[in-house]
Amino acid sequence: MAYSDIIRSIYTGTLNEIKEKGIFKQERFIHSSQAADIEVEFPTGSSLKKVINMCSNNYLGLSSHPDVIKAAHEGLDTRGYGMSSVRFICGTQDIHKELEAKVTKFLGTEDTILFPSCMDANAGVFEAILTKDDVMISDRLVHASIIDGMRLCAALHDTFKHSDMAHLEEKLQLHADKRLKVVITDGVFSMDGDTAKLDEMVALCEKYDAMLFVDESHSSGFIGKTGRGTHEKCGVVGKIDIITTTFGKALGGASGGCVSGRKELVEMCRQKARPYLFSNTIAPVVVSGVNAVLDILSKSTERRDKLEKNTEFWRKGLTEAGFVLKDGETPIVPVMLFNAKLSQDFSKALYEEGVYAIGFFFPVVPQGQARIRTQVSAGHDIHHLEKALEAFIKVGKKFDILGKTKQEIIAKYGQ
Amino acid sequence: MAEMKDIVLEYVINEYLEDEDEVLSYDSPLISGGIVDSFSMVSLKRFLENKYKISIPDGKATPEAFDTVNKICTLVNEYLK
Repeated sequence: MAYSDIIRSIYTGTLNEIKEKGIFKQERFIHSSQAADIEVEFPTGSSLKKVINMCSNNYLGLSSHPDVIKAAHEGLDTRGYGMSSVRFICGTQDIHKELEAKVTKFLGTEDTILFPSCMDANAGVFEAILTKDDVMISDRLVHASIIDGMRLCAALHDTFKHSDMAHLEEKLQLHADKRLKVVITDGVFSMDGDTAKLDEMVALCEKYDAMLFVDESHSSGFIGKTGRGTHEKCGVVGKIDIITTTFGKALGGASGGCVSGRKELVEMCRQKARPYLFSNTIAPVVVSGVNAVLDILSKSTERRDKLEKNTEFWRKGLTEAGFVLKDGETPIVPVMLFNAKLSQDFSKALYEEGVYAIGFFFPVVPQGQARIRTQVSAGHDIHHLEKALEAFIKVGKKFDILGKTKQEIIAKYGQ
Repeated sequence: MAEMKDIVLEYVINEYLEDEDEVLSYDSPLISGGIVDSFSMVSLKRFLENKYKISIPDGKATPEAFDTVNKICTLVNEYLK
């Protein structure tokens, strides 16, 4: 037996260490479709509980939209279930090309290539377009998938302080001798909910002859007047060289991602990006669903407008109740608790009150920055948010943090 | 040497510290203490190379060699000779 008791004990020991540190992750089983109201089994084996979901990436409420489901059914019926091939052998259908064209138009870029996920897009893009003679300069809070992608690339990597444009400029000067320079950022930062200063970044990239990469996974579909993303909000549509985004969040929430941008860079990905070359692309049923999502979003801004109003309502309610929030305008609204255990206890108490929201702590967020990350959806109606707000206030009173400053919460619970 | 220590320490504080209240000494663990991550180390290496007109081989720019200001100065001095 290759899997000996000694080998098993190594892994059980490591898993026990994770449990002892209090960072062991457990899934909660949802017995309903993804929506504002969900039925959850937690802990495992317990009876189902109806709760309001305040922590999904279903920003536009399209995960279970009837038009999307109908389109997915039609895709399944007309194009089958699987491709059984990578793209360049016999794994490309007309609907894949249709989706790439729709994404290009939606994002205002030159071309687009689909990936099985945005994680794969970020893992593959840098290695495909850069060499050891180049440099990648990333914001220090970019998503983990970007960090993994940079690790796979031979180019030099460096960082700049979060959203610090003076520091970015210093780095562009420091690396002026490199053949190619790419500045890398998230459009909306997933843990803090703040937005990149893309207008200033475009100006710096033009000044120092650098390309700009933006991950729009937490922006596509709802940030900007017509939901095109952070580049629309910042007035720089057409000026971002590489956009990556996901179809696993606002754009239907199933799976899949893409690289969209300058046509030569997209073509380099088609020739060299390993997750594209060595993995099946998005299944026809999902492609059909995303095509329908983009049709819905191209016809009307109703859903992103509702999301904007819901976000205003939610942020105002929490602020007036006396919670400490991270500043921002996006549907990611972090309620700051600072202490890791408090974030877990607060989440449990919310669940008892019928609200599903998860506590995040180190290493997912920096040490001493524990929080409940709430996420607003266009699938929420005001009555959902009112009920969730009542629960937050009740639990906030229980833990005596309402109206308290960061320093007062830390003094009471530790950091 | 003392001047170099102060220059490197000042660079590390300005470049990497997020918390203004945090205090660093010449022997504070930078890499193993989580102050400088491996991705951000490159700017420190390039700063030293530009400032002291030296070239530090990648194989010598290890997390161990960059772990404190004192160790960094020892490494730089090797290439100044």
